Amino acid sequence: MINKMKRILLHRISWIVVLIILSIISIMIGVKDFSLRGIFTGNADDVNLVLISRLPRLISIIVTGASLSVAGLIMQTITNNKFVSPSTAGTMEWCKFGVMIAILLFGGRSSLVKMGVAFICALFGTLLFMKLLTKLQFTNAIIVPLVGMMMGNVVGSITSFFAYKYDIMQNMSSWLQGNFSLIIKGRYELLYIGIPFFIIAYVYANKFTIAGMGESFSQNLGLNHKRIVMGGMVIVAFITSTVVVTVGSIPFLGLIIPNIVAIYKGDNIKNTLFDIAILGSIFILVCDILGRIIIYPYEVSISVVVSVVGSIIFLVILFWRNKHAR
Amino acid sequence: MISIKNISKKYGEKHVVDHVDLDIPKGKIIAFIGSNGAGKSTLISIISRTLSKNSGEVYIDEKELKEWKSKELSKRLSILKQSNYLNIRLTIKELVSFGRFPYSNGKLTKEDEKIVDDAISYMKLEDLQDRYLDELSGGQRQMAYIAMIIAQDTEYVFLDEPLNNLDMRHSVHIMKIIRKLVDDLGKTVMVVIHDINFVSCYADYIVAMKDGKIVEEGATENILKSNVLKEVYGMDIGIHQINGKNICLYYD
Repeated sequence: MINKMKRILLHRISWIVVLIILSIISIMIGVKDFSLRGIFTGNADDVNLVLISRLPRLISIIVTGASLSVAGLIMQTITNNKFVSPSTAGTMEWCKFGVMIAILLFGGRSSLVKMGVAFICALFGTLLFMKLLTKLQFTNAIIVPLVGMMMGNVVGSITSFFAYKYDIMQNMSSWLQGNFSLIIKGRYELLYIGIPFFIIAYVYANKFTIAGMGESFSQNLGLNHKRIVMGGMVIVAFITSTVVVTVGSIPFLGLIIPNIVAIYKGDNIKNTLFDIAILGSIFILVCDILGRIIIYPYEVSISVVVSVVGSIIFLVILFWRNKHAR
Repeated sequence: MISIKNISKKYGEKHVVDHVDLDIPKGKIIAFIGSNGAGKSTLISIISRTLSKNSGEVYIDEKELKEWKSKELSKRLSILKQSNYLNIRLTIKELVSFGRFPYSNGKLTKEDEKIVDDAISYMKLEDLQDRYLDELSGGQRQMAYIAMIIAQDTEYVFLDEPLNNLDMRHSVHIMKIIRKLVDDLGKTVMVVIHDINFVSCYADYIVAMKDGKIVEEGATENILKSNVLKEVYGMDIGIHQINGKNICLYYD
């Protein structure tokens, strides 16, 4: 028992060390000359560069990675389907739709307003998706994300239609593709309000796991299944919309990270939440670093890098699952 | 004591459970028998509040279902449905620990942990307790779910076809465990079983259903008669005394 705890702790510490090393690398790369020593000696240029640009970028990467992975985990658990995530259930498309509405109706100056409208749309869309799942009772696991993606695409095309019609496509495009290069001080702080939701997710971890085992299973243990599902969807819609409004949409993350961790740690959220959050951050950080050095001094957008790396990993997971006949 | 009054459940115009009254005796194994679609599973789902009813009342210890707080009720009554298809990656120990959820809300006390360990050893699952459910055989998985129900430690236990798809060894093991739960711990176990010979050898009391109604109920030896079974199943079933037990032969 004690040994097991020690092993888990050691495991977590090593993940944190990896994250710190990658963070330092992330801060050091960039077009502008920069030395780490400058921070400690108080070189004004270096300190400013870090505070205004590099550190905000790093923080937003870490929070984004953790957010989307945890959102994916909650969705996969509640639907008991390993292929559901904010990108495959249409949640992200609904967020973008919300951003479009906010720009049309309120001019889109305040990101808080955008985030609010995006959250409402995302919640509505995700609940609609859940409703569809319970009504139609799909037996084939792969149909579920297909339905989500279909709904997402319909919503996405409606968004593009209005965006063209009212000539806000330019304004919109920054939300269509995730991008960290525009992040500077003052443009990312909205991400922080997603953080309390991690804590809620952790507190509710056991309940989510139980809810994932079905309605009668939860009822047998005295849990209100509907309320847990609703709570989970609120968390998912909230953290997804903070990310879409500040960074843009990033595919695959919520899909692959929970799957990777489930392979070696199982599906008990209490055990996996921390690993999933930190691995999500590490994954995005690596992709971001790659995107910044491949065509240096230019940058490949994060969503392109994540799509390429993510789809490869996704295929590996699929083959692994096939081999282990799950 | 569980008693139900005038329970009905309709799907469309069809009554799946049709105005059923029943008093369930305490401290016994009660077997629900009948053909497919007779309404057995629907009835126990309604009693265990996992399915809504169209009309009627269910009284658990003199209190109607809707007066019970769900969490309180989950310390009195548990139900295991056929959930073998779940491909969730939990270890046996984690699953069994969920049985303590109504008491501990997920934070296991020392006492909870002891109960979980006891339930695991009761089902002889010690060697498998850290294995994931999706790596087990159907029989082992069913044992794990029953261990969870034992850890939930309720007076009333409902099992919906617990022997489904199990081999003889697992089936006998599970029936013996159920017998022990009743004889040693004084629980009341209600179980839906299709294999009538398991009913004959292990059950104390039988509730026989047909077309959503209870056609017969009573002590096992009073129900296991050719004329009663003919009424329930609509086929001729011969009953033979073998080693002091009533064995039904219905293979021709």
